[in-house]
Amino acid sequence: MLDIQNLNAGYGEMPVLRAINLTIAEGEIVSVVGSNGAGKSTLLKAISGIIKYSGSITWKKESLQGVKAHTIVNKGIVHVPEGRKIFPDMTVVENLMMGGYLCQKDCHQNLDKVFALFPKLAQRRTQLGGTMSGGEQQMLAIGRGLMGNPRLLLLDEPSLGLSPLFTDVVFGAIRTINAQGVTVLLVEQNVYQSLNISHRGYVIETGRIVLTGTGEELLNNQEVKRAFLGI
Amino acid sequence: MSFLQPLLSGTLTGGVYALAGIGMSLVFGVMNISNFAHGDLMMLGMYLAYFAFTLLHIDPYLSLVLLIPTAFMFGFLLEKLFINKVINHPHQNQILLTIGLGLIMSNTALLAFTSDPKILTTSYSSSAFNLPGGISISVPLLLSFLITCVIIAMLYLFLSKTTTGMALRATSQNREAAQLMGINVAKMSAIAFGLGTALAATAGALIAPTYYIHPLVGHSFLLKAFTICVLGGLGSVVGAGVGGIIIGVVEAMSSTYLSSDWKDVVVFVLFLAVLLLRPQGLFGKKGGQS
Repeated sequence: MLDIQNLNAGYGEMPVLRAINLTIAEGEIVSVVGSNGAGKSTLLKAISGIIKYSGSITWKKESLQGVKAHTIVNKGIVHVPEGRKIFPDMTVVENLMMGGYLCQKDCHQNLDKVFALFPKLAQRRTQLGGTMSGGEQQMLAIGRGLMGNPRLLLLDEPSLGLSPLFTDVVFGAIRTINAQGVTVLLVEQNVYQSLNISHRGYVIETGRIVLTGTGEELLNNQEVKRAFLGI
Repeated sequence: MSFLQPLLSGTLTGGVYALAGIGMSLVFGVMNISNFAHGDLMMLGMYLAYFAFTLLHIDPYLSLVLLIPTAFMFGFLLEKLFINKVINHPHQNQILLTIGLGLIMSNTALLAFTSDPKILTTSYSSSAFNLPGGISISVPLLLSFLITCVIIAMLYLFLSKTTTGMALRATSQNREAAQLMGINVAKMSAIAFGLGTALAATAGALIAPTYYIHPLVGHSFLLKAFTICVLGGLGSVVGAGVGGIIIGVVEAMSSTYLSSDWKDVVVFVLFLAVLLLRPQGLFGKKGGQS
């Protein structure tokens, strides 16, 4: 579904990603794990078209090189950014409506789907996004992403800074979303939980993919255990 | 003289200032650019109203129907041709560009319209209502204020109810997230600059019947618009509205109780006081832009 070949990207003169190869098949949850600064967010930004890159990213046999970010959203790839980036002075419903900005029809149905996934948001319809807690903002950010009818959802550190309770809610929601037919690319520092729900995973270190396998294989890998799980 | 007189006429003038301030604030909010050509765009609005009146015999208030779309298109094109080239550049480049554009406008106007000040005199220019208590309200000022209220109400509805208006607000609150929602932020910038230009030109046209019209008049309006934005909190549309009224009233009060020579001094002392005590402005958020 998504095929990345020899991807190099960075900020100005600073290379961040080097020769990344990665594929995602329809229906999968794929996670990319690694420490801070390894290039995980840069990878997502390249896919969603906010930064320039060399190499190829192909979506359903169509190259995304040079395609504008807002057009990529229209093709069914939605990126939920790190740090949530909700619109602070807009209400919950307004935030969600912005997520459905390109939505032509069935938009209200989408709203119902999001409220079914996160009932808390339904109770907070008119609350301003900026006044919500971190966990609630994360639900809103994911809900907002779903409003755009994604075929592939890119999630950047959805559990960052959340309490264990909210972390469980978020990972549970990712499973539900995937079960409803949305393919997920998950970027996380929470290595155990993300590999646990993933079909496959990639380990990224200083801009290079150093290890790949099924979620289970990676969880049992000695290197992964030593480097990330402290076992 | 009654205390109410300067309060009323200050509020009426302040409404038009508010319009100019809102235009500048909108551009700053959506694009994070301080538009130093804003005053000159007001000046162009004044001349458009003047020529519509003298050459085509269209009432300055009626001419808004033509002026608003023309100014919007002009601003939209300015953004597409020049402003978007510097949108991700440091502030000093943006300031140089907009100051340059403003200089080109004011000097072209100087060349084309000469430096003789023009006065737009309508049949009702000097008429006024007399209220009990010796208060008089100038008819053109009152008309300008009422039109300003209508325009601000329409702008409010546009920003809060329409999809494009909401997308503009989303872009001003988080440009990157807006992009990830599928919002074409480049188009939003052009719309914001078009709206800012239309608001500046409208403010110019509304003030034209009660002010002298001169190619370099934009400088004093730019300072006023900038003061209003900082007073209200840069990027806050509501703040700019309130800031405009405050500046109008303070000016009128200081002209009445001190002397009209002192009104700018009082306005800038107020401006400095706000910067010292509440640097984020009356309606701004602490920490400023992200």
